[in-house]
Amino acid sequence: MSGTILTLFNGLSLGSILLLIALGLAVTFGLMKVINMAHGELIMIGAYVTYVIQSLFLKYVPEPFFDLYFLLSIPIAFLIAAGFGILLEVSLIRFLYKRPLDSLLATYGVGLMLQQLARSIFGAPNVGVQSPSFLNGGLTIGTLVLPYSRIFILSLSILCLVAIFLYFYRTTNGRRVRAVMQNRQMAECLGVQTRRVDLVTFAIGSGFAGIAGCALTLLGPIGPTIGTYYIIDAFMVVVVGGVGALVGAVVGAFGIGFFNTIFEFFTSATIGKVLVFMLIIAFLQWRPSGLVSSRSRVLDE
Amino acid sequence: MKVKQFYLFLLMVAFTTIIVACSGSNGASTPEEGSSGSTEGTSDSDEDVIEVGILHSLSGTMAISETSVHDAELLAINEINENGGVLGKQIKPVIEDGASDWPTFAEKAKKLLQQDKVATIFGGWTSASRKAMLPVVEESNGLLWYPVQYEGMESSPNIFYTGAAPNQQIVPAVDWLLENRGTKFYLLGSDYVFPRTANAAIKAQLEDAGADLVGEEYTPLGHTDYNTVIAKIKSEKPDVIFNTLNGDSNVAFFKQLKDAGITSEDITVLSVSVAEEEVRGIGADAIAGHLTSWNYYQTTETPENSEFVAAYKAAYGEDRVTADPIEAGYFGVYLWAAAVEKAGTTDVDAVKEAAKELEFQAPGGLVKVDGENQHVYKTVRIGEVQGDGQIKELWNSGEPVKPDPFLKGFDWASGLAESLGQ
Repeated sequence: MSGTILTLFNGLSLGSILLLIALGLAVTFGLMKVINMAHGELIMIGAYVTYVIQSLFLKYVPEPFFDLYFLLSIPIAFLIAAGFGILLEVSLIRFLYKRPLDSLLATYGVGLMLQQLARSIFGAPNVGVQSPSFLNGGLTIGTLVLPYSRIFILSLSILCLVAIFLYFYRTTNGRRVRAVMQNRQMAECLGVQTRRVDLVTFAIGSGFAGIAGCALTLLGPIGPTIGTYYIIDAFMVVVVGGVGALVGAVVGAFGIGFFNTIFEFFTSATIGKVLVFMLIIAFLQWRPSGLVSSRSRVLDE
Repeated sequence: MKVKQFYLFLLMVAFTTIIVACSGSNGASTPEEGSSGSTEGTSDSDEDVIEVGILHSLSGTMAISETSVHDAELLAINEINENGGVLGKQIKPVIEDGASDWPTFAEKAKKLLQQDKVATIFGGWTSASRKAMLPVVEESNGLLWYPVQYEGMESSPNIFYTGAAPNQQIVPAVDWLLENRGTKFYLLGSDYVFPRTANAAIKAQLEDAGADLVGEEYTPLGHTDYNTVIAKIKSEKPDVIFNTLNGDSNVAFFKQLKDAGITSEDITVLSVSVAEEEVRGIGADAIAGHLTSWNYYQTTETPENSEFVAAYKAAYGEDRVTADPIEAGYFGVYLWAAAVEKAGTTDVDAVKEAAKELEFQAPGGLVKVDGENQHVYKTVRIGEVQGDGQIKELWNSGEPVKPDPFLKGFDWASGLAESLGQ
């Protein structure tokens, strides 16, 4: 019994991590159709921001307030990653909106540059981030231990989801974004500043990558190449979920999370991943445009 | 449109300049960067310098580990040069980047040996990179000094292996664990050649000792979610996890193990690919109390080591740490220099002959080249990670252990080399 609950929890937890890393991409790739291969590096930036803030806290802030660094890192990681997103959009992406395949190569190159930049600034080896003490340990239910860090990430990803949903579906700006994504010319005719909408939307997607990076410092390594570990999973979620709708990303993330955990539990990590990919291939034969989709995944329609 | 393109072009130039500037300032301590020496200065270079190749991954996923070894090798070269060089000549490093890409290692090794005509190469980290360079150095009768512990089952006449052979790291670690920590073993490793070969040997050894193997699990390189693996470990309740995970996966595994409420008192994890440098990335609080098996720690108490640690920190910064492969890279340069002095020439066959049974007081204690298999005698040390990120030695073998890459000295290992298809 406790084994089943643990597996369910692990699936939920993996799903929430996948959702967090894919949320930003669901905006930039899903809504804007920009294949941003540097998305992983934006996650890396979020992780390094957390590291820098932690180091500053260790140096300048008295011991009892140390734990606050993590809560502070989340908004700052968002802002800095969003800043990089703006830089990227203004300098590169905006020239490539009509050429998605070129954006794939160009952003891949940007990703490599950012990796090398991180290596030059922080050195090649991983850096360590000390988890805040309130996230140490776990919730004990009978023989089960549910780590607080996992529960925290689960809550954070739900919070991010709610925030992003409210922005897109309950604000004027969000309505403009959806209008531009559905029919650019028409929106332009009605007086929407499409350039500004593009910029803001891309910045938001990038910012959520920063938050993901911040949260991942609790679980994984922090080094120049961590983006490469997450980028494939992020694309997988968005493709399965369906392009153009956030709901798809949610179902995709938790679906993949559950299947991956269950397969891995009964086989091994390698075989589990293979089975998940086989399932995805089969699934895409049946629903080529993903679970929920308002438009096709074809790049040059 | 033309204006836009020009703008883009300018931007790329600016980006490139930034990157070059960054890597330039980073490489301040590297005397000769890139493919120097192929055309310019050949007339005088033959007279008073000896060129050697340094071939590590300075970019890509392996840069994380290999950059430090590259630094240590340059340190050794600088020290030797300050003391008058070799055969009265200065050593000049020719640095190439293997870029974490195995074909690149082969290509760069070929370039170093055939175009730069270097006297020897120091380089490699992963077994894949070594196996890529092996045919190249054998074909052009070059020399390669390989500084990392590995799975054994290899002995090339053109390679000197300064890292541990399995009987100098893994076999004694299993023995020690059986004696001190319990007999229920769980094997966890990354899914590639080193962990699979190492675990095949461990399984034979456990069977011979009558111990229990309760689980064996491999995860892809770069795997970051260990929840399910940890759930399996919990249900099997082993005494010991023998960890051959490599690279960043270690960080994820130890952080999540701690989060799951498993401490070193519940289950001991012994790692063979986690050294001081990796401990910093994992965070000492997550791995404290767990064990490692190596031939050298930064805390190893020898006069040579305090000098080495001080020199390394002086050259690269107070916050840097030394570790086993860094030390193996460092003394590899000294062993080569000593062999060249003894041979009186840099000719490969003469140097190989001179290197036989050569001894050197390395930071980790006395090392001696085995004349037969070109590995080195080294002292085995089992250590416990401390809260400050350093590793405290719990046990050592007392004397340098003779390298036995094919595990010929162990009855249980007979037939292992064949069954692994080597």
